[in-house]
Amino acid sequence: MKTYFSPSHEYLTIDEEGNGYVGISDYAQKALGNVVYVDMPEVGDEFEKDEDFGAIESVKAASDLIIPVSCEVLEINEALADNPRLVNEDAMANWIIKIKLTDPEEVESLMDLDAYNEYLATNPH
Amino acid sequence: MEDIKKTCLHDKHVGLGAQMSPFGGFDMPIQYEGIVEEHNAVRMACGIFDVSHMGEVFVSGPDAERFVNMIFTNDVTGAEKGKCLYGMMLHPDGGTVDDLLVYVQGVNDYLLVINAANIDKDVAWIVKNAEGYDVNIDHQSDNIGEIAVQGPEAETILKKVTGLDAISELTFYTFAHYRIYDDVDVIISRTGYTGEDGFEVYASHDVTRKLWDDLLAAGAVPCGLGCRDTLRFEVGLPLYGDELADDISPIEASLGMFVKLDKPEFIGREAVAAQKAAGAPRKLVGLEILDRAIARHGAEVIDADDNVIGFVTTGYRGISVDKSIAMALIDSRFAAMDTNLRVRVRRKVFPAVVISKKFYKKSYKK
Repeated sequence: MKTYFSPSHEYLTIDEEGNGYVGISDYAQKALGNVVYVDMPEVGDEFEKDEDFGAIESVKAASDLIIPVSCEVLEINEALADNPRLVNEDAMANWIIKIKLTDPEEVESLMDLDAYNEYLATNPH
Repeated sequence: MEDIKKTCLHDKHVGLGAQMSPFGGFDMPIQYEGIVEEHNAVRMACGIFDVSHMGEVFVSGPDAERFVNMIFTNDVTGAEKGKCLYGMMLHPDGGTVDDLLVYVQGVNDYLLVINAANIDKDVAWIVKNAEGYDVNIDHQSDNIGEIAVQGPEAETILKKVTGLDAISELTFYTFAHYRIYDDVDVIISRTGYTGEDGFEVYASHDVTRKLWDDLLAAGAVPCGLGCRDTLRFEVGLPLYGDELADDISPIEASLGMFVKLDKPEFIGREAVAAQKAAGAPRKLVGLEILDRAIARHGAEVIDADDNVIGFVTTGYRGISVDKSIAMALIDSRFAAMDTNLRVRVRRKVFPAVVISKKFYKKSYKK
């Protein structure tokens, strides 16, 4: 299992079979505040890297969800439909979609945890 | 963003760790601890808001009553000293220049409280229309601070901090001048924008800063504009820029009760009288979205045949009301209660139903 992060604060965890789990980082859930709705795509939808694949909404505003790598959606996290607050409780455990990567080499463009922490420390958000 | 303005409490918000964002030309606190916590503090205890960005214009002089009646939809004729009146200034075509509060300070003596984002536009409008009237227009927005103290414990906390037992005598939508601290004059009104009991205090910058600190020390919760919007929305109060605009009339916004058509003359009267007589083509309604999806400002409202019949003006997942709700300006033919409609949120369409826009019951001290 290896986890990568994007500049727009999504994470991508790759499992042993090479499938990915995409969610938002703990930093992102804190910045959003109370999550009240997650707009998720459909199973089978295909996305190119950096397209928006849905949105996540706090009380105040909607934020686009940006896909970190090109993919096909294998599964959506149905638990978030009824209980979007799970994202606040544990953002890393509560992924939003499970994906099949269509161009696995794209992960090279993403940050690992150390690089992401460095990014958070040095960039004004 | 070079010209962004700061209120007299700006450094205090930054010191409290508020999330700051531009609103109405000012760098304002959106939230401190969180919108939900602050919203609930106002519904259940006492929250305080920096509303020093609001504009204050004093209008006095021999023709002041006649002049205010000409630019204002509500009726100040013979209004008693100490009354606050809500209403609008209109364009000749009935569109809304701004919504505002008029404080009756005495005969031919008024304070107009206007929205921050409209200060320049409003002052220009007031000055332009004052031609031919013997009035003195004194624009004091840069010199006056304002704090809103809101919630069921607002009276107790404001009394404790100011020592003014007399504020208990203020009824809803009245005000008076008081002296606090080192005998400084302040205006306190029993008004607000939350649907809860509460007060608004107008004072000099120095007094506003001291009062803010004292209110916090007395247990009031600092509240940002984020929950100010959720609170006013849940009780169906309009926000200029959402429910009212240069091209939205108060009749369309279902605010006809603040438009006194029995006055013989005011700017925009003919247009709104015609709308009222014929029925406005658009009407502001409440919507419940029958899903968790949130229809926000600008979301399209569509009928069964996919025709766009209007747009959402404000929408939230309610905080005191656990539903996805919205206010929307739609074709009047679809405005009846219980009408089934749909809203488009990004790529998806969700069912919605017309409900009362008073989503949550107000608790004013009448």
